[in-house]
Amino acid sequence: MRVLMPDTLEEAYGMLAAEPLTPVAGGTDLLAHWPGNHDARKRAYLDLSGVSGLRFMHWGDEALTLGGLTTYSDVIWDSRVVEEFPLLADAGGQVGSIQIQARGTWAGNIANGSPAADGVPVLMAYDAVVVLGSEEGDQEVLLADFYLGYKKMRLRAHQLIRAIRLPRREYDFQRFVKVGARNAQAITKIGVALTRSEERWRVVVNSMAPTVRRCPALEAMLDEDRPVSGPEDLLTAIREDLAPIDDIRSTAAYREKTLARVLYFDLKGVCPSFA
Amino acid sequence: MDRYTTATLRVNGQDLQVVFPTHHTLLEVLREECGLTGTKHGCELGECGTCTVLVDGEPVLSCLALTAEMEGRSIETVEGLQDGNELHPLQAAFADLGAAQCGYCTPGMLMTATALLAENDDPSADEIRTALAGNLCRCTGYHKIIEAVEWAAGVVRGDAGAGPAREVLFGSSVPGEGS
Amino acid sequence: MERREGISKLLGRELYIDDVPMDRGLWGATVRSPSPRGRIREVRFSPDVNWDEFVVVDHRDIPGENHVWLIESDQPVLAADSVRHVHEPVVLLAHHSREMVHRAVRSVEVIVDPAPPVLDFRLPPGADGIQHGTDNVFSHIVIRKGDVDAALADAPVVIEGTYETGAQEHVYLENQGMVAWIDGDVVVVKGSLQCPYYVHAALTHGLGRAEDRVRVIQSPTGGGFGGKEEYPSVLALHVALLALKAGAPVKMIYDRPEDMAATTKRHPAWIRHRTGVDLDGRLLAQAVEVVFDGGAYVTLSPVVLSRGLIHAGGPYACDNVRIDGRAVLTNSVPFGAFRGFGAPQTIFAVERQMDKIAEELGMDPVELRRMNLIREGQSTATGQIIRDGADRLEVLDRALDLSAYREKQEEHARFNAAHEDLRRGVGLSTYFHGAGFTGGGEVHLSSVAKVEARPDGRIEVLTSNIEMGQGTLTIFTQIASESLGLEPDDVVIAEADTFRVPNSGPTVASRTVMVVGRLIEKACADLVAKLGDSDLRGPDLKQAIVDWYRKHSGGVLDGAARYEPPPGTSWDEDSYRGDAYGAFAWGACVVEVEVDLRTLGTRVLDVVAVQEVGKVLNELLARGQIQGGVVQAIGWALMEECVWSDGAMVNNQLTNYMIPTSDDVPPIRVDFLEAPYAHGTGGAKGIGELPVDGPAPAVAAAIEAATGTHPRVIPVTPERLMELYDGA
Repeated sequence: MRVLMPDTLEEAYGMLAAEPLTPVAGGTDLLAHWPGNHDARKRAYLDLSGVSGLRFMHWGDEALTLGGLTTYSDVIWDSRVVEEFPLLADAGGQVGSIQIQARGTWAGNIANGSPAADGVPVLMAYDAVVVLGSEEGDQEVLLADFYLGYKKMRLRAHQLIRAIRLPRREYDFQRFVKVGARNAQAITKIGVALTRSEERWRVVVNSMAPTVRRCPALEAMLDEDRPVSGPEDLLTAIREDLAPIDDIRSTAAYREKTLARVLYFDLKGVCPSFA
Repeated sequence: MDRYTTATLRVNGQDLQVVFPTHHTLLEVLREECGLTGTKHGCELGECGTCTVLVDGEPVLSCLALTAEMEGRSIETVEGLQDGNELHPLQAAFADLGAAQCGYCTPGMLMTATALLAENDDPSADEIRTALAGNLCRCTGYHKIIEAVEWAAGVVRGDAGAGPAREVLFGSSVPGEGS
Repeated sequence: MERREGISKLLGRELYIDDVPMDRGLWGATVRSPSPRGRIREVRFSPDVNWDEFVVVDHRDIPGENHVWLIESDQPVLAADSVRHVHEPVVLLAHHSREMVHRAVRSVEVIVDPAPPVLDFRLPPGADGIQHGTDNVFSHIVIRKGDVDAALADAPVVIEGTYETGAQEHVYLENQGMVAWIDGDVVVVKGSLQCPYYVHAALTHGLGRAEDRVRVIQSPTGGGFGGKEEYPSVLALHVALLALKAGAPVKMIYDRPEDMAATTKRHPAWIRHRTGVDLDGRLLAQAVEVVFDGGAYVTLSPVVLSRGLIHAGGPYACDNVRIDGRAVLTNSVPFGAFRGFGAPQTIFAVERQMDKIAEELGMDPVELRRMNLIREGQSTATGQIIRDGADRLEVLDRALDLSAYREKQEEHARFNAAHEDLRRGVGLSTYFHGAGFTGGGEVHLSSVAKVEARPDGRIEVLTSNIEMGQGTLTIFTQIASESLGLEPDDVVIAEADTFRVPNSGPTVASRTVMVVGRLIEKACADLVAKLGDSDLRGPDLKQAIVDWYRKHSGGVLDGAARYEPPPGTSWDEDSYRGDAYGAFAWGACVVEVEVDLRTLGTRVLDVVAVQEVGKVLNELLARGQIQGGVVQAIGWALMEECVWSDGAMVNNQLTNYMIPTSDDVPPIRVDFLEAPYAHGTGGAKGIGELPVDGPAPAVAAAIEAATGTHPRVIPVTPERLMELYDGA
């Protein structure tokens, strides 16, 4: 195994262009069960931890930009984030333990591509844009369009996630709900991020499809104020948007019903169309 | 065959030059190259917390950290916690309250709690509970550990009378009394 | 007094077995069966590996008998021609490099001609599934009292209920690990274990060696809970076989996935009650059927079953009882000892049954229990007459008072009316736990403890009972220093090394303080008597010891004691009648929960655990035992679930098998009542396992109160509760 340790972004781009490398931004997903993962050792890695200027939060007039090495802890303890993008702090505080939050990065969470990623739903619900850097320059992809399938994404081998940009908007509703098997550091059975800005809803769900994804049928129900008189009225749209499975952490039936109940109870006081 | 890396690690205030297989985690290098076995293997998955050390003051799971990126960073382990012959207030409180039972989770608990107290020397029980949620313990049911951290926080603050009163420790039977 | 175990653990200096340096040693690893059942056709070693670098051991390398010494001789040390469960050990490898040996494990393929496995212990096996005797039953025990059939026929009301409990993984924080080396003609094994003499016996049988050519040393043990009772014998044999063949020290340390997949767990149980009651709620007849999943080999299942059955009627008086239980074979990893040893399963069932009776009679579950709790002079299912001075009603009332049970019920009615998506409820259980080995077990063990004086006047305590987090070193120091009037610093506890310590039995069954502590007291008295003045204590004793050594150059002043059963106790193994235990400890537990109706997730808000334990010798340790046990039981009740495929645990990592974190534990308030037990150390009864018996049924009862569902199966995961709730 080789680990390349660039000092600058340009150096990192050059290394990525020269050979296939797995970028490491925190490593908390990558190193799980590492000693037994003999195949992973045959690869070469690009450890970004030494790259200067990649761990930042920049507040522009139009957007908040997170760096490629910005950690969950960076965001959780930032009072401005808590005020303007509270779901980032909510979700960040529910990713693993504080040890994971100290090392784990938002960009790493996106690039790892887990359908259960805890950081991704809230970013997607804020219409985050992923900034992919390379020697060829930056490319921007809406996070909602980033995933193509299970662990497949619009990220080419010579690119890395340089930054994540979140447009600054007025939200009149924001909520993140994570359902796990215990209170702390549980892998998500169902996670849902909800935002509403200028009458437009975003409903983003994890652990119920091969990727984290937005739910257009549910969003349409909410945008159009269609009447909902109980959780079961949401099941058709849930089934249209998502494809939960039975696995060792939960069942498809539980996931569907719980998502319906969470949406129903949490939106009841918010949406006049919910009876 | 495996490639090796040479690095100088600053561990418990001392610079150590180590040569290690590049793929070895900080946990493996601390235990095997530095001889610091106080930091334990528990799950290699970042779930149990017993391998927690401090890197530049932050609690880090050493089983999920590549040593290769630790050059120039300050690493603290349980072996560096005491000051000469003086126990760290957390160690003293753990001893007094029986918060170390089998002891296997203890080094990680102590390091996570150290990081907590460095940030917040007057944590509430709930803040301690949340901070320690990444450190599993199967013996104590956690109460004695949480009480020990509260107690130690008082000592760190120099508030000798701080911490839970004796009467409410260890799941006292009488609600409200002594608090 | 302060804990004696603490300091080196707090400094990071305690050397657990994985921390022991290995110079010029080898690392061992295990090749396991991929199949739940079948004949081994071939073991194929990949030609890509240079096997000359490795030490390879299979069943042909076993010098003694190829079975793990325990109750029966059915479990091979290494599978020879057939396998009975996934992960069954087949081949052992050792190499200088830890990484190489773990890589090489994947280069050995065990090819099995499959046979149909038996995977559901609740169903009778088909003819092609029989692998043990004629019916796959490892053990069948019936406890009879009075005439159950007649009493059921006459009872005004008969209530039936079926209950199930799942497997539970120990999750001691330190995985299993051992080192073996050869010292002259002695095989030495050192490791993480609870029972040095079990391991010793397994090694003498499996290696075919004389007792004095096998030495077992316990290393500091990072938690056990029963998981290091019988399994370490298997690992010790493996590491010793490798060391013998290599002629070098060998270390084997399981990683978490291997430990979770390949080692024992709590027995899953299926239990059916038919209870005859009168209209006031008095118990007239209890008919109980119990089935435990034993897994692939007998191991300890018969004795786990035995303890489970003795506790299956609960702490209640009933004149007509039949408890009929079986432990049966499945092609799973063998189930084994786990804190409580069968009793938590049967107590879960009887406590849920009591709640069901109360509901069907329209009675208050508290009053139903109050009416039926054993009174002084009444007897248990085995006919053991209880006359211990303990006030079981007071235990119940103290728990109700401390928890404000009645007030909570009213508060919850208001809370539930005010919340659309949250429900609160409170539940109760009453229970008991017999300490020490069952029946004639302690007589059979015939434990010996020793104390030895040192020329400087200090005393060394020698037993084979070990510290694994529960505080053995502290409590033994306390017992010896108090019996002799010495300072704690004048007492030394010997390392559990079979070359030095006598066999005082295993560290199990809540027996360490009650049984072995008493032997230490007696051994101390024996030592003092040898000085000619039985009243010597404190500094005078110390001086007398110094003087004795001046006069007896080269001599050793010691004292010893061998177990004797309390006078007047009797047990008949054939009829299962009599005094099953020297003493029972009694408990009552109240649990308050909140259920989120969106997710059907349950959060425990508050626990009160009250217990009568004879005498609390060390409050710090005792409270630690209770709180830790309660949290383990909450985990078992709500979230700890093994997911199985082909009899193997497939969620064998800590992200997928959940134990409670500090963020999951409620306030746990602990209180003790004391009615000293004449034959226990300083009046103490055992307490190590009692706290695991009560919380699970109380959690289920609280969920019932909160939601109106009837949880009969644990863990009550959100998925299970949603099915109940939506079906309700």
